[in-house]
Amino acid sequence: MTSISKSPWLLHYDGSSCNGCDIEVLACLTPVYDVERFGIFNTGNPKHADIFLITGGINEQNAPVVKQIYEQMPHPKVVVAVGICACDGGIFKECYNILGGVDTVLPVDIFVPGCAARPEAIIDGVVKAIGLLQEKRNAAKKQNAAQKRSAGKERDAAKKEATK
Amino acid sequence: MTTAIAIALYLILGPIIGGLLAGIDRKLSARMQGRQGPPLLQPFYDLFKLFAKQVVVVNHVQDFLVGGFLVFIIFTGCLFFSGGDLLLVFFALTLAGIFFMMSACSANSPYSSMGAQRELLQMMAYEPMVLLVGIGFYMSTGIMSTGSFAVSDIIKSSTSNILYLPGFFIGFVFILAIKLRKSPFDLSTSHHAHQEMVKGLTTEISGNILALVELSHWYENVFLLGIVGLFIVNSTWWSVIIAVIVCVAVYFLEIFADMVFPRVKWEFMLKSTWLITLVTGVLNMIVLSVIR
Repeated sequence: MTSISKSPWLLHYDGSSCNGCDIEVLACLTPVYDVERFGIFNTGNPKHADIFLITGGINEQNAPVVKQIYEQMPHPKVVVAVGICACDGGIFKECYNILGGVDTVLPVDIFVPGCAARPEAIIDGVVKAIGLLQEKRNAAKKQNAAQKRSAGKERDAAKKEATK
Repeated sequence: MTTAIAIALYLILGPIIGGLLAGIDRKLSARMQGRQGPPLLQPFYDLFKLFAKQVVVVNHVQDFLVGGFLVFIIFTGCLFFSGGDLLLVFFALTLAGIFFMMSACSANSPYSSMGAQRELLQMMAYEPMVLLVGIGFYMSTGIMSTGSFAVSDIIKSSTSNILYLPGFFIGFVFILAIKLRKSPFDLSTSHHAHQEMVKGLTTEISGNILALVELSHWYENVFLLGIVGLFIVNSTWWSVIIAVIVCVAVYFLEIFADMVFPRVKWEFMLKSTWLITLVTGVLNMIVLSVIR
């Protein structure tokens, strides 16, 4: 449990949701469920966020918007699709305008089904997302260390070639 | 020698006390809302997490200006706690604020620019009171012995300066809500869960630069509570204890006001702050000059 799992900041975005899941997400912040005691709080700024909570399906209009928000978030980041509409389009799956769930445009890490998803399920999904964040952070650190070592080896090899 | 010790203590203890103050703020706010609230050390976890994030640089000028903000806030606090000239301290504080505002301007985003404009309005609102506080201390030390702007002379007064400066104290506590970025005056950017124009000044700042902004705010909060304590501290040793109690009480009052009041429009902030400055500060000043 390092600092990133103790301070995960949430970004909540409504793709095309009916607002049912959004209300449940906000309910998590109320005194009954109170996710702030885990250090989670709802920031509106993608540049400050670690976890991207999406509700609602993806259509032509919001696909580039959702992608842009995701790209603005600094690494490490996880995407949580809340509600069945965000998972695979839900009851609107057959509609002409809905492309599908969030995984049509973004790499989704956690799927939280439900219509509307219950706060307990959302919190469960967010806790799993926090664990994933930690794994991604560790993997990124290992990758950085490996890159530095291989860059060092290349430099040493180049020096040897030069001195030959 | 004591100057060096004071500066070292401020540099090391400043962020620790500032972070604990922020933690107490969040815990108390949560309890006032009937929630559990995050652990007390949560701001430190936030800080370390921010240092661990990928660096997304909007432009390098912004990073330089935020660095300038941090440097000048530390300079302000060091100058204050080592007993320097109070007016110089306030001017350094203003300069630090300008650095922060410029960093938001440099980002070229609409939210940052609007946040910067509001920050300028905030500075316009509280600067008169802040400068009047400096003049007030000069006048009150002038009544008791010789007038002085130096903090080292003010803390050696025979009685607590608040006895001569009640109006200035009330006015300063009023504008403290603007400086601490708490409702009703958190227009340009606010701490954590509150949002206005996305995040106002800090919208385009992320990762380790945001961590530096947090650190600067902690240093600034410790310095501001130091000014509140300056009203109480006199030449007796137990006045320091009373000063600490008063600082805690004022901080609690600010948190309470934060939870009770909604955010106001900038017109109201400007008008009410200038009105309070006029009624409390100028009246106090007139009374003091009559006493002399």
